[in-house]
Amino acid sequence: MTSHAHSVVQPSPLSQRIAGVIVVLYAVITMVPLAWIFLTGFKSGPDSIAYPPKVLFTPSAEGYCNLFTTRSRQSPEYIAQLPPTSGICDAFARTSNMVVVGASNFVPRFVNSLIIAFGSTALSVVLGVTAAYAFSRFKVPAKDDLLFFILSTRMMPPIAVAIPIYLMYRDVGLSDTRLGMILLYTAVNVSLAVWLLKGFIDEIPREYEEAALVDGYTRLQAFLKVVLPQATTGIVATAIFCLIFAWNEYAFAVLLTSGEAQTAPPFIPIIIGEGGQDWPAVAAGSTLFLLPILVFTVLLRKHLLRGITFGALRK
Amino acid sequence: MAEIRIEHLHKAFGDFAAVRDSTFSVRDGDFFCLLGPSGCGKTTTLRMIAGLELPTSGRILLGDEDVTFKRASQRDIAFVFQLFALYPHMNVRANIAYPLRSQGMLRHDVQTRVEEAARILRIQHLLDRSVSGLSSGDRQRVALGRAIVREPMAFLLDEPLGALDTEFREVMCGELRALHDRLKATTVYVTHDQLEAMAMADTIALMNRGVIEQLGTPQDIYDRPASMFVADFIGSPPMSFLPFRGSVVPGDRSVRVDSVDIALPEVREGSADTELVLGVRPEHIELSDDAPLRAEVVDAEYMGTTQIVTLNTATGTSMKARIQAHIHVRPGESTGLKFRPGQLSLFDGVSGRALRTALHDGDAHG
Repeated sequence: MTSHAHSVVQPSPLSQRIAGVIVVLYAVITMVPLAWIFLTGFKSGPDSIAYPPKVLFTPSAEGYCNLFTTRSRQSPEYIAQLPPTSGICDAFARTSNMVVVGASNFVPRFVNSLIIAFGSTALSVVLGVTAAYAFSRFKVPAKDDLLFFILSTRMMPPIAVAIPIYLMYRDVGLSDTRLGMILLYTAVNVSLAVWLLKGFIDEIPREYEEAALVDGYTRLQAFLKVVLPQATTGIVATAIFCLIFAWNEYAFAVLLTSGEAQTAPPFIPIIIGEGGQDWPAVAAGSTLFLLPILVFTVLLRKHLLRGITFGALRK
Repeated sequence: MAEIRIEHLHKAFGDFAAVRDSTFSVRDGDFFCLLGPSGCGKTTTLRMIAGLELPTSGRILLGDEDVTFKRASQRDIAFVFQLFALYPHMNVRANIAYPLRSQGMLRHDVQTRVEEAARILRIQHLLDRSVSGLSSGDRQRVALGRAIVREPMAFLLDEPLGALDTEFREVMCGELRALHDRLKATTVYVTHDQLEAMAMADTIALMNRGVIEQLGTPQDIYDRPASMFVADFIGSPPMSFLPFRGSVVPGDRSVRVDSVDIALPEVREGSADTELVLGVRPEHIELSDDAPLRAEVVDAEYMGTTQIVTLNTATGTSMKARIQAHIHVRPGESTGLKFRPGQLSLFDGVSGRALRTALHDGDAHG
């Protein structure tokens, strides 16, 4: 393609540049709140609510300390007779007449989130890819109706089914358990997984499996060794979508978890209630909460991008 | 290597019968071609032999073994797909080795066999390349490599040259036939291209609507078509048909078309008074000004050494003649037609079936 020629398919350099500027602007606008949250996590309590808002400030670990610890209020006399502070968080607490009495629930809640989100994602993808393969390749009676039925499970707002699920979960003992949450998120995500993956598997010509079949492999081996490697893109894209849903889900988590299996989303707002509006701690929790998805997506972004354009553009 | 026998094979997809009561056998070492227009059932037949499709009824024997309902993986056959179906996540070597690895063959032996297959197909230099960067011809060779490396009982090829451009198709035609002559492997080859079939096959089965219309050598099928469909499908341009009303009795040596007597091979099968059709290959027509059967020249297509002349007879039948290029014809001029009597075919115009003549008994010479 020569640069001076007017091409019908290739955008001109100018329009490409304008598009680039728009994309950068959009990215900046969406990044500002995230950057603000990140910064707030390192502010002191007064800095976080200062007006006009402070862009330049002295970084403080207070937010992260409050996120990871629980503190109790004590009289100044009691604090005065304590031995010297054992750490930076203890020192922060004492400046506001408090002492650190133990670790907060943030770490267990975060671990719950990790287990539930990744567990349900893995389960959704495994179930999704096998179901999608079956729908794509085999004669399934009432295939279209079944596919629609699977999709229809997503049409109802979660809150509409939350009460029945709560009652059922209480009866079968799944309430406030990690397994219960994994199954619930899987049930929601599997429809997305089946539909997305069916599209990807439909694009893989059957000849590949048939070649493997005549080459002496069983259907299962053909699926594992020939279909799956080619569906990697779709699997990764699906996994990211499932993970984002399960990781961010709030409504079910509030209703169905309270202690043992509580995930991070319902926990983070609770921080607000503990000893005044502790915005730095909330911001610190939110920042940490973003990390797993960020890392997962960045690691797999190459596949994700290819996945999104896969259906539109044949290689 | 083995013989393949197909007995009363039938395949229906819902109400549609893709293959109807098909019976034929492929001799050991034969290059057998299933030829026909798209939708005629040739690929379905091939896929049933491979085990990728199960027949509704009938039997398939590979060697002496009944494999009708065996899994594809349990039949000792190799299949080459139209789009090659090379595994895109493996390199050339791994692709060719893949069938051997399913048998649990030792790594060293796999290596030797892959090298040997690559040498036969002259693709040794490509072994460590990724398949995605290969030209279509090289992909074709890799697909063939994956087939021959197994040393299977039979090769099944589904329009393997369909994805290649014309020029390269001719080269691969030659290579495929040479490969077959070397390996002497029983081969079933599916194509809709009559030229490919004629050029390569020992035996052609010409299919139409799920039925084998004719099975024979390329010469048989060209010279002695069993039906008007075969006569029309084979040959470029195809056989011209002169319909007429009449009856024939065994022993007749001519028929009367448009009030002109036309000599033909001795009729061995009579017919009642009905619609009959005289079939003439283009190269068996001669233009002769004094011949009684008249026609008007419509068009002449120059081909180099020959030309294809389109003619309209007095009764409006369109015919094509292949004559020497140096003969001068002008559109619109009137001419006479002479046919080479020993090579004409006679069909029942209603059923389309050929009536038996001396041509079929092999004692006619034109």
